[in-house]
Amino acid sequence: MIKTILTVDDSRTMRDMLRLSLEGAGFRVVQAEDGVHGLEVLAGEMPDVIVTDINMPRMDGFGFIEAVRKDDTRRSTPVLVLTTEVDAEKKSRAKAAGATGWIVKPFDPVKLVDAIRRVAN
Amino acid sequence: MTTDPMAAIRATFFVECEEQLGELESGLMAMEAGAADGETVNAVFRAVHSIKGGAGAFALDELVRFAHVFETTLDAVRAGRLQAAPALLSIMLRAADALADLVRVARDGGTVDAERIKGLAGELTALINPVAGAVPDAGTDMDDFDFEPVMIAETPAETKRVWNIQFKPHAELYAKGNEAGLLLRELGRLGEMTVQVDSSQLPDLADLDPEGAYLVWKICLTADCEESAIRDVFDFVEDECELEVAGAAGAEAPAEEAPPAAVPAFDVMALIGNAQEALRQEQPPPATVAVAQTPLPAALAAAIPAADAPPAGEAMGATIRVDLDRVDRLIDLVGELVINEAMLYQRSIEAGLTRASAVGIALEELERLTHEIQDGVMAIRAQPVRSVFQRMPRLVRQVAAQTGKQVRLVTEGEGTEVDKTVIERLADPLTHMIRNAIDHGLETTEQRIAAGKPAEGTVRLHALHRSGRIVIEVADDGGGINRARVRDKAIQNGLIAADAQLSDEETDNLIFLPGFSTADKISDISGRGVGMDVVRRSVQALGGRIVIASRPGLGSTFTLSLPLTLAVLDGMVVTAAGHTLIIPLGTILETLQPREGSMHALGTDLKLILMRGSYVPLADVGAALGFRSQPEESDGVAVLVEGEGGARTVLLVDAILGQRQVVIKSLEANYRAVPGIAGATVMGDGRVALIVDVDVMVNQTNSAVRAMPMPEPPAVSERTLAGVS
Repeated sequence: MIKTILTVDDSRTMRDMLRLSLEGAGFRVVQAEDGVHGLEVLAGEMPDVIVTDINMPRMDGFGFIEAVRKDDTRRSTPVLVLTTEVDAEKKSRAKAAGATGWIVKPFDPVKLVDAIRRVAN
Repeated sequence: MTTDPMAAIRATFFVECEEQLGELESGLMAMEAGAADGETVNAVFRAVHSIKGGAGAFALDELVRFAHVFETTLDAVRAGRLQAAPALLSIMLRAADALADLVRVARDGGTVDAERIKGLAGELTALINPVAGAVPDAGTDMDDFDFEPVMIAETPAETKRVWNIQFKPHAELYAKGNEAGLLLRELGRLGEMTVQVDSSQLPDLADLDPEGAYLVWKICLTADCEESAIRDVFDFVEDECELEVAGAAGAEAPAEEAPPAAVPAFDVMALIGNAQEALRQEQPPPATVAVAQTPLPAALAAAIPAADAPPAGEAMGATIRVDLDRVDRLIDLVGELVINEAMLYQRSIEAGLTRASAVGIALEELERLTHEIQDGVMAIRAQPVRSVFQRMPRLVRQVAAQTGKQVRLVTEGEGTEVDKTVIERLADPLTHMIRNAIDHGLETTEQRIAAGKPAEGTVRLHALHRSGRIVIEVADDGGGINRARVRDKAIQNGLIAADAQLSDEETDNLIFLPGFSTADKISDISGRGVGMDVVRRSVQALGGRIVIASRPGLGSTFTLSLPLTLAVLDGMVVTAAGHTLIIPLGTILETLQPREGSMHALGTDLKLILMRGSYVPLADVGAALGFRSQPEESDGVAVLVEGEGGARTVLLVDAILGQRQVVIKSLEANYRAVPGIAGATVMGDGRVALIVDVDVMVNQTNSAVRAMPMPEPPAVSERTLAGVS
């Protein structure tokens, strides 16, 4: 079955890159522009994996993950955080918010798909 | 990945960079104005962060490096470790300019002043680290970006080694969407492995927390990998499990205890089944316990078909990107549709059908729909003027620095929408007007203080919609236009006669004349010999007008008024010498029926008309456009029009047929440019009507008249005119 990936990123460039990489790898891609939008999209989608940015307007990635983890039907969805930081602080904050794992930007499509494979059921 | 989509994304990236740079700038400006709230700082941070993120993807190293330094400083401000003091904001604004330069160089090629970038990076770093204060070590800063993918295996070992791994997940591991089974599958990719489950800690069913973690996995892995490769598998969960990795001595050594039923680890379902089997053997509770360990995926799996049920409609944002050519094509077609609808209406009248007939009613509905479609299509092209306004703060800073004046730019109405074509062509005139406002409009700081004004001058940029047009005001609180100096200059340059009688308004408008420049020497800032005449011409080319209001000592306001779109025009349909013509409605002040005796000859072929006690030059449209050689002594209709800059002329036409919205067709593109004609349109009867270029008419007539001595207006206002509309 084709897996669906939800990407949440406020940057159009990143959204385009994510779409290109993920569709190229055979995933179905749905996209949102920030955390609030991400939750709206989630109301009608059951993605297999969520990939989210951290720095976003309206609701950042931390808030978004926390909201996902509070939703009884979505809380076990793996959430990968897109981050340019590799320092421990960012990772532990993402982890504390409930992230499953992370992808370090600038990602290459191989790394991205690999990380998704690692957490996708 | 093919190159094409990447090129498209790269283009998107640069478009987005421009938006981010705008956000960055307006955010910093807001902070400068005292808005140090979290959201403003966040928005500024995000802008730089996004640029860095995208730039990284395209390996724009120079840009990434500078953005990173900038971001680090912004992060300190965001975290409250740095105060957004004026000195800091000044550095940040300059850093924003440098970032913009780097973006443009990355996009268009060329070089940046590396020293300047390095210097700014140093200043930014010094803000967070005042002690070190040195130019940042670019190498160190770049370390983040050389992060290697976690899956890359370390230097291959010569021989296969046997690893004994014990993995005890905590409950949080599951709570965050990880699964032991997937981690084991990942581990299995490294080599051959056997897995055993230790379920000795599993409580009785009654005491079992369905979201608890009770199982311990013991894995024996035979692989030619380093320990780090094994730990990398557990990278995401290192704080959510207990992991022990121990290398067993010897190659190909068998696991110390053979597991009950070893299966190749690639088959996860078999693996889990295996685990369940182990449970069944060791523990009385049924196999569902293993499922209870990770209860959510089951729910997820059940829900997936439901999620697939709705059509694969994209949950995309509310905007789409469309090729501009397609929109333009649509606009053209709607234009044709409007003309066709008008023709159809005309034919129905010719066929003797009334408005009340069934066809008439249907046609009326069609007309309404057509105009709604037209408005809708026009709205697609409408964009806020923000994109142009956003470029101005930087310009203001540059010009302020060059002139040594203190300037504050206030912008209002950035959300005002106007056709994209108009926006694109607004940038140059606005740039020029703002330069002028600072260079010529504002006094020097000393002069301002001496005049009792605040040392900092203000330039106000304001956009608004007014009666179907967009109005943009550029106002300064400087000294106003120095009329005596303007007049002297105009006489000196031979633009007016030494004894010319000019009103204040007319004097102010002299600055729009070609070849006029009040700057004593050509200034670097306001351009080389390029003056307000160029501004006026470009505004005119957009079907716009520009008006000055100046008050000595208080400042000047330049008001631009432009049509919202260049594709349609509200016009008055008139006839002259048997030709149908359109006069743009926006230029018309009033229409009159001249009475006998109100027209006065001036010289051999000029005429004036007396209106409300003053003389206005008269142009016979039929003669001016060459439709007839001699002005007719007819009792036509006078149309008082105002050209750009407020000069007025009465256009004499034979009759007024009515008002209508017309679709503008370029005469230049379809035939050639004709002086006095701004364009053409197709009327309802299928015939072409020319659109009068009012500005050209007004200019021609007024400059001809200006050369002549004006008769004194009669002392008492004569009632020689009667309005017709």
